[in-house]
Amino acid sequence: MSDSSMLVDAVVYLGAAVLCVPIAKRLRLGSVLGYLIAGCLIGPFGLRFVQDPASTLHFAEIGVVLMLFLIGLELDPKHLWTMRRAVFVGGAAQMAACAAAIFAGLLACGLPWQAALVAGLALALSSTAVCMQTMAERNLLPTALGRTSFAVLLFQDITAIPLVALVPLLADAPAEGGSSGSAVGLLRGVGAVVAVFVIGRFVTNPVLRVIARTGLREVFTAFTLLLVLGVAELMSRAGVSMALGAFLAGVLLAGSEYRHALETDLEPFKGLLMGLFFIAVGMSIDFALLADRPLAVLGLVLGFQLLKAAALRLVAGPIGVGSRQRWLFAAMLAQGGEFAFVVFGVARTASLLPGQWDSLLTLAVALSMALTPILLIVHDRALARAAAATPREPDTIEDQGGGVLIAGFGRVGQIVGRLLLASGKTATILDHDPDQIEMLKRFGFRVFYGDVTRVDLLEAAGAARAKVIVVAVDEIETSLEVIDLAREHFPKARLVARARNVPHYFELRTRGADIVERETFESALQLGRRTLEALGVRAHEARERADAFRRHNKKMLEDLLPHMQDEAQRVALARSARDELERQFERDRAELEREHGHGWHAERERSDAS
Amino acid sequence: MIVILYAHPYPDRSRANRALLRSVEDLPYVSVRSLYDLYPDFAIDVEAEQRALADASAVVLQHPMYWYSVPGLLKLWFDKVLARGWAYGDGGDALADKRCLWVTTTGAPESGFSPEGMHGHSFHAFVPAIEQTVRFCKMRWEEPLVLHGAHRVDDERIAELARSYRARLEALAGATGGAP
Repeated sequence: MSDSSMLVDAVVYLGAAVLCVPIAKRLRLGSVLGYLIAGCLIGPFGLRFVQDPASTLHFAEIGVVLMLFLIGLELDPKHLWTMRRAVFVGGAAQMAACAAAIFAGLLACGLPWQAALVAGLALALSSTAVCMQTMAERNLLPTALGRTSFAVLLFQDITAIPLVALVPLLADAPAEGGSSGSAVGLLRGVGAVVAVFVIGRFVTNPVLRVIARTGLREVFTAFTLLLVLGVAELMSRAGVSMALGAFLAGVLLAGSEYRHALETDLEPFKGLLMGLFFIAVGMSIDFALLADRPLAVLGLVLGFQLLKAAALRLVAGPIGVGSRQRWLFAAMLAQGGEFAFVVFGVARTASLLPGQWDSLLTLAVALSMALTPILLIVHDRALARAAAATPREPDTIEDQGGGVLIAGFGRVGQIVGRLLLASGKTATILDHDPDQIEMLKRFGFRVFYGDVTRVDLLEAAGAARAKVIVVAVDEIETSLEVIDLAREHFPKARLVARARNVPHYFELRTRGADIVERETFESALQLGRRTLEALGVRAHEARERADAFRRHNKKMLEDLLPHMQDEAQRVALARSARDELERQFERDRAELEREHGHGWHAERERSDAS
Repeated sequence: MIVILYAHPYPDRSRANRALLRSVEDLPYVSVRSLYDLYPDFAIDVEAEQRALADASAVVLQHPMYWYSVPGLLKLWFDKVLARGWAYGDGGDALADKRCLWVTTTGAPESGFSPEGMHGHSFHAFVPAIEQTVRFCKMRWEEPLVLHGAHRVDDERIAELARSYRARLEALAGATGGAP
C-alpha cells in the first residue's frame, strides 16, 4: 500500500464515520449501525472506495483486542475469581443451549453433522464488539445484565480457542498437520498464555516504571500499544484468540499503578479502531451473494438468530438475568460474532463446509451484527408498549404518589427519590437501568423501564397527571429532549431539572424548566465552606459567606438569562466557558469590594444596640 | 405601602395567623414578606429586606408568640436587617417615622397572663422588648393587636379580629397616605 493510498483510505474511513455515525445516533439507531452503514457505503458494493475489506477487517480486529485489554484492566484477578461461576456455568449454559438449537436447525437444513456442529458452535458465539459497545452506550455495563452478559462473552472468547482447533479434526480431509498438528497447536496455545502471564505479571510494570521516569509521554503511549499489539501477535501466531490474550494481559496489569495512564492512552485508539472494525464488517457484507440467493441468506440470518434468541431467553433466567431484562439479553446477544469469521475461514481451508455454505454463513453473521441495533429498537418499542398497556393496579398509593415523576434514577435521581420517600411521598420512576426495580417497588415506587425521551412512556407513567416532573438524567441532550417533550405535552407539570453546567442551566431555563439546580454547585460550595473553616473562619461565618456567595451567584445567572435567549449566544457561552469563568471571578471580586464598602462584615461591625 | 413581615414556620398548619393574613393580603397597598418562605435556610438577604422596607410607610410584624418573643427567624431578621448605620446610629434613619403595628397570637388564654397564671406575668410585661426594638429604630409604635388562646378560640372570634386587623391597616394607609 503506497503512502498516498493509505492517506486516501484514512480520509475515506474517517469521512464516512463522521458523516454516518452522528446521523445514526440522531436517529437513535446507535453508533454500531452508523459504522456498519458507513462500511456498506464505502465498500465494494457501495461506492467502491475500498476494494479489499478482508485486510481492513483483519487490521481492525485490533480495536476489539484493545477493548478486551481495557476491560481486563478494570478487572483485577480477585474480581475475576468472583466471576468464575458466572463465566463457566453461565457461559457454558449459553453455549450449550445456543449451539444445540442451531446445530439441530442446520442438520434439518441438510448439513452433514460435522459441518452443522462447527457452524452451530461458531454461531453460538456473540459479537463482543457489538455487545460491549451497545452496553456501554446504554449504560448497562455496571448492571446485573451487564455483568452476566460480560461473563458469557468472556466464556465465548475462551471457547473460541478449542473451537478453531476442532475444525481440522472434524474435516474429512485433514488439513495440513492433521490431528497431531492440532495437539501441537494446543501446546503452543498454552505456551503463549504462559508467556503473556510472565510478560504481564513480571516484565511490564518494571519497564513502565523506567519509561515513566524518562517523562516521555509519547514513548509511554508507544509502549502501551507495543504491549497490546505484541501480545495479540503472539497469541494469533499460537492460534489463540488475540482478544483473549489481550484480556489476560489487561487483568494482570489491573493492579498496576499505571492502570489509569494505560487506559487514557489506549482509549482513543480503541474507539477509532472499534469504529473501523464495524466499518470493515459493513464493507464485507456481500451484497452480490445477497442479491443472488436472497431467500437462503435471509432464512439463514433470521433462522439462526431466532433459534439463538429463543435459547438465550431460555437460559437467561437460570444464569441470573433479572426477569425484565431477559428479552433484552436475548436480543443483544443473538447476533453472530467476529470469531465466527475466523472459524468459517478455517473451515473453508479444511473444506469442512459444503458448497457456498461458508460464504452464506459469513454473510449471515455480518448481517446479524447489523440487525442487532434494529432488534434492540424493536425490543424497546415492544417494552414501552407493554408498559403502556399494563393496567394500572387499583392501588390508592399510586395516585397519591402520581404527583411526582422522576426521569433518570442515577446518583441524582436516587437522592431526590429517597428524600421524597423519607417525607412520605411516593414517586414514579423512569430509567433505562431496571437493576433495582424490584427493590424500588417494595418501597412503593412505581418503576418504568425504558427510554425517557419517548412520549408514550412518559404518558404511561402518568406524566399528564404529574404535579412535578424531575429530570435527573445525566446526558445533557436527553435532559433537554425530556424538557421539550414535557413542555409540549404536559404543560401543567412543574419541571425540576438537574443541570450539568452553566450552559446547560441556561438551556434548561430557556426551554421552560421551572427549577434548575447545577449538580456540582451545592457540594462545591459546601467544600468551600469547609475550607474556610479549616483556615480558621468560624463555622457560622463560613456558612454566611457561602450563603451570600450562593445568593449572588444564582442572581447573576438569572440576571444573565434574558441575554441568553437566542441560541447563538448560548452556544457562544458554551464555547467561551473559560472567558465566562474569568468574568465570574471579576463579578465575585466586585461583590466583595462592594460588601466591604458597606461594612457589614468589616470595620463597622455592629455594636451593641442597647 | 404597608409591608407585612410574616413569620410563621409552618404557615399551612396555622389557623389564626393564616386567617388574619388572608383578611388583609388583598389590599392593594399591602405587600407580604413571608420570611420562612423567603429564607427557609435562614440565609437572609439583608439588602433585599432593606430595599423592601425603604418605600414602606408602615411595617407590620405578624407572628405567633414563641417563648414570650418572636420566632427565631424574625429575631435573626432583627439582628441582620436592623443594622447600625441603616436602622439606628449615625445615618441610621431608614425606618424613621414609619408606623409599626405588632400583630401576634398566643397559645394560652389571656387568663394565663397574670401573676397567678401559668406565665407568671401580665401580657404587658412581655411587650417592652419588642416595643423598644421598634422605637430604637425611630419607628412609631402603634397599639398592638393580640389574639390570645389562638388554638381554642372559635372562628367567630378570629373573624372579628381579622376585621379589626383590616380596619387598622386601612386606617394606617389613610393616615400615612399609602392608600391609592
